[in-house]
Amino acid sequence: MARHQVTATVNGDAVEFLCETGETLLEVLRDELNLTGTKEGCGTGDCGACSVTVDGRLVCSCLVLGVEAEGRSIETIEGMAVGADLHVLQRKFLEHDALQCGICMSGILIASRSLLERNPDPTESEVRFWLAGNLCRCTGYHKIVEAVLDAAREMRGA
Amino acid sequence: MSEMRYEAPTTLAAAVVLLSETMGSARVLAGGTDLLIQMRAGRISPELLIDIKGIPEMTSILVENGCYRVGAAVTGMQLIEHEAFAKEWPGVIDGVKLIGSIQVKGRATLGGNLCNASPAADSVPALIAAGAVVSIIGPAGGREVAVETIATGPGRTSLARGEIVTSILLPRRTPYCGDAYLRFTPRTEMDIAVVGAGVSLTLDEQGFCRQARVALGAVAERALLVPEAAAALIGTRVDAAALERLAAAARAASRPIDDKRATREFRLKIAGVMAHRAAEIALERARRRN
Amino acid sequence: MSTMIKYEEKELKVVGTRPRRPDGVDKVTGRARYGADYKLPGQLIGKVLRSPHAHARIKSIDTSEAEALPGVKAVVTRDDFPDLAVEYAAAGELTINFHDVTRNMMAREKVLYDGHPVAAVAATCESIARAALKLIKVEYEVLPHVIDVVAAMQPDAPLLHEEQYTEGVKPRPEKPSNIAKRLEFKLGDVEAGFLLADVIIEREFNTKPVHQGYIEPQACLASYTEDGQAELWTSTQGHFVFRAQCAKLLQMDISKIRVTPTEIGGGFGGKNNIYNEPLAIALSRKSHRPVKMVMTREEVFRATGPTSGGNVKVKLGATKDGKITAAQAELSFQAGAYPGSSVSPASMCAFTRYDLQNVLVVGFDVTCNRPKVAAYRAPGAPIAVFGVESVIDEMAKKLGLDPIAFRLKNAARAGTQTYYGVKFGPIGYVETLEAARAHPHYSVPLGPNQGRGIATGFWFNIGNETSATLNINEDGTVTLMLGTIDVAGGSRAAMAMMVAEELGIAFDRVRPHIGDTSSLGFNFITAGSRGTFSSGMASVVAAREAIAKLRARVARIREVPLEAVVWQDGQARPAEASPHQFVPMSLADIAKVAGKTGGTIAGHAEINAQGAGPGFGTHIVDVEVDRQTGAIKILRYTVVQDVGRAIHPAYVEGQLQGGAVQGIGWALNEEYVYGADGILANPGFLDYRIPVASDLPFIDTVIVEVPNPNHPYGVRGCGEVPIIAPLAAIANAVENATGIRFCELPMSPPRVLHAMDKAAGKE
Repeated sequence: MARHQVTATVNGDAVEFLCETGETLLEVLRDELNLTGTKEGCGTGDCGACSVTVDGRLVCSCLVLGVEAEGRSIETIEGMAVGADLHVLQRKFLEHDALQCGICMSGILIASRSLLERNPDPTESEVRFWLAGNLCRCTGYHKIVEAVLDAAREMRGA
Repeated sequence: MSEMRYEAPTTLAAAVVLLSETMGSARVLAGGTDLLIQMRAGRISPELLIDIKGIPEMTSILVENGCYRVGAAVTGMQLIEHEAFAKEWPGVIDGVKLIGSIQVKGRATLGGNLCNASPAADSVPALIAAGAVVSIIGPAGGREVAVETIATGPGRTSLARGEIVTSILLPRRTPYCGDAYLRFTPRTEMDIAVVGAGVSLTLDEQGFCRQARVALGAVAERALLVPEAAAALIGTRVDAAALERLAAAARAASRPIDDKRATREFRLKIAGVMAHRAAEIALERARRRN
Repeated sequence: MSTMIKYEEKELKVVGTRPRRPDGVDKVTGRARYGADYKLPGQLIGKVLRSPHAHARIKSIDTSEAEALPGVKAVVTRDDFPDLAVEYAAAGELTINFHDVTRNMMAREKVLYDGHPVAAVAATCESIARAALKLIKVEYEVLPHVIDVVAAMQPDAPLLHEEQYTEGVKPRPEKPSNIAKRLEFKLGDVEAGFLLADVIIEREFNTKPVHQGYIEPQACLASYTEDGQAELWTSTQGHFVFRAQCAKLLQMDISKIRVTPTEIGGGFGGKNNIYNEPLAIALSRKSHRPVKMVMTREEVFRATGPTSGGNVKVKLGATKDGKITAAQAELSFQAGAYPGSSVSPASMCAFTRYDLQNVLVVGFDVTCNRPKVAAYRAPGAPIAVFGVESVIDEMAKKLGLDPIAFRLKNAARAGTQTYYGVKFGPIGYVETLEAARAHPHYSVPLGPNQGRGIATGFWFNIGNETSATLNINEDGTVTLMLGTIDVAGGSRAAMAMMVAEELGIAFDRVRPHIGDTSSLGFNFITAGSRGTFSSGMASVVAAREAIAKLRARVARIREVPLEAVVWQDGQARPAEASPHQFVPMSLADIAKVAGKTGGTIAGHAEINAQGAGPGFGTHIVDVEVDRQTGAIKILRYTVVQDVGRAIHPAYVEGQLQGGAVQGIGWALNEEYVYGADGILANPGFLDYRIPVASDLPFIDTVIVEVPNPNHPYGVRGCGEVPIIAPLAAIANAVENATGIRFCELPMSPPRVLHAMDKAAGKE
């Protein structure tokens, strides 16, 4: 079976992998690169559990082909903390007890970071609409929204 | 098992050659947010994917001859973040903003939303109301058509074999113009339009409506341009009576179906409501743009 | 023998605080391993062929072409599993029957719903496995189907089970029926009670099946070796019960199966049941390779348990001054393809919030051509209570009483005799009603098209078989091994907190883990809000056993009598006023010498925890109704609940918020939509509309604490109560806003607009 040889950057590291045309970036991350922090909840872009950024753009990795990653820079949950230093969002999610089962967490953290990069001072409503593509069945979103707003405050130095 | 090939041409000409010369089924891959789902569900199994995102004309937003030329592979988020465009065509942006989540809009393209030919596509009624023109290239050369002629039914387009939509043209806006798109969905986000309505209008200095275009989504087999609804506004101050006539015309033009997302009865009722509300927003925007 | 430990009021250092959860860092860094994250060398991928029909007889299955496809290593069908006789077992709140479980796992004579498994393959990769499914030829004789519960109860309805005669009816019916069972709960004399009533209200309600909607699809990995041993990694709410079921279905010894529970990505009752697990083991047995099976979201919707849809008839009588004289209900629940819906707990929860003299509840368990239902958070109760709390609200209005005042007048209290048997001990229902009435939310003015509703919920909470082991490590830290799955609420942390409290040490000195089935005695499923109650009790028992051993050890080391040694603040100290004084020894001091002084110290518990405390909640909701579109917006929401004692208040709040939001989804938009062909039309998150962040406001919570006298820290359980009240609370709020009573769920915009237009005479 013909496979594509793809070179990309994942969390700052150069990677090379082989994939079939139909293989998604999500499958590549999980099965080829062993980065299983990115989750599949639906495979149709409806739940956001597989959120990653590609060249800084927030996407569902289940809706991107692995072969499209050629030359791109991909960031996943595994790259969010720097050494022992959790990202402010990761820390705030823990402080606010904003997670339960955690299956949606990687996607929500990546999406939240993407929001705060563009909008350092979001309103509650802006947080809720930005995260509408990330389903969480456990928390009712209450503590998630609180954690994002608090992280934004801290990152602004307010 | 058959192998699926992948090509990423860097010129329009190469894309056209690939698309027209492939013997089996070839599909254009833009954002992939519809295509990948169809492939995964086994509804389609193309032999060739032609990724058009490496073609510069496809991915740029240009201003030329008093027009915006938006590449067919420009993503939703790219367009939303284009401040000048967003200011001039807020209604088109309303529609684009509703194409799925932030994640989906990071990939989904204007050309894809159009050529997927869903009757419920959110950007399409807004583009129809805006009077957008579509540039197409194919084996026989290029042509330009009105955006409402692209989709002919669910999943069906008027594109000939080998043809690709390359860009979408919208005029620069003048004062006293406003547009809006509004849809109804049970949830606030992550939903498919049950009914969508796009309205674009131009006022004169006295506040009378000189031009108007009204389009409806999800009320027929494709998005509809509804001249009768526009006629209800033209020549009026877009007052309550005119808006009522607009709503009635929108309802009259709708020919929806019952499906898993809503009933025919419900769609008929809210087609008028959505057109009415969208017109009010467009009016407000037109008044502010002077 | 069962275990109960009395509640003691004492000064608390750890319980009631909000430490970080032990699973937290793993979950925010992507390290936590869920079902689909496990892999083994040489593993195959397993996929399931499912029925495309709602109801059909299987005439033949030909797998030969699939087996011949290169890369296919095994195919299994009904022929690979023994038929099983009728035999019942407990699985969460619902009872299962192995005769049916084996058929639901892999169809035998007939397929009974769209998505019913008919064959499974294991291949070297997913694309080959999928291709192999297409090569399996199944010949069906399509039969007429029935989806709706009321339709399924009709005498001429298409019959799912030719040998099913309604149980609980005397004399035994002569004809088979889709009604599997009739059950009845009775107290006093309802007829006499209705004669005493000044006002009688009768209403009929209908709800649609809704799915648990966990974000992690079912996933498992099985490895069967040539010596007849199997290992299984799976996302489950009850690994011991899964082990027992796999053993039965595959005719293996329980000791030969070891189940390791993975981190679970949500369950809510939906992961109480086996689906792919026995198939994966069977495929592994046949292929001699590990087999991994992960469901797609579509498979989750088509083939795993939603909860029942129900038809609920309620009749309520009350006197002019607001005393309920009689309460009657008839509940008909869809069981799906096989009997065993939640109609029994639903019947028991229907009126239990009230102190009533005359009650009659009749329940029907009805089979129909849908997936076999599974438990969903307070199984069945929301369906029954939607009807009852709607009628309670209407009655209050008719009598001119404030809805909370009317409920208080009839509220269950300590000493109330329930109609299902139990007499209540101390309960906190009245306290929740009073806290709700005092909450500012209850009195803030409403705007136009806005309405406020309240409703209440009750859930039993349960205990059951539970084991725990606590090891004092060499450095005096503690490893706590638990056997109840932390279904995400944070129960691991709660158990470690109770152990830290008992031992008098800091929370971070106790590390809790969920053990596999070989590391502990049997543990029942985490269901019924039992986790923190029962595993908490087991952890306390284990801690106290360890403390007894620690005291004995110190008595020996210090050469003093046992009575002279007390355990206090993490140390063995001389008892006050004891003649035998000695230098205290901390946990670390003892641990350091434990090996040389008699060996490591551990505590164990293998108990059947009993004495779970009933939980009650009162919800307040404000809605705004768009009169032109029928859209309902939730403006404000407050949950008030008696949880006994909140071990970790933030996790309790999380349960209350999450439960309420699931109830909001159930009330407003979630439903299974079937076409006339009996095929599920919305098996995905796009058209099965669970609430998204932008649909919701913040969910306020008020924790009421009326301790459960039968738990050392007063725990009642808190996970299930919050999903019960939202359905009726929202319906009551919509009635308050529009004057229209909605008796049908979901209150989706088309339904709401239709009803408003009808009421306005527009239709």
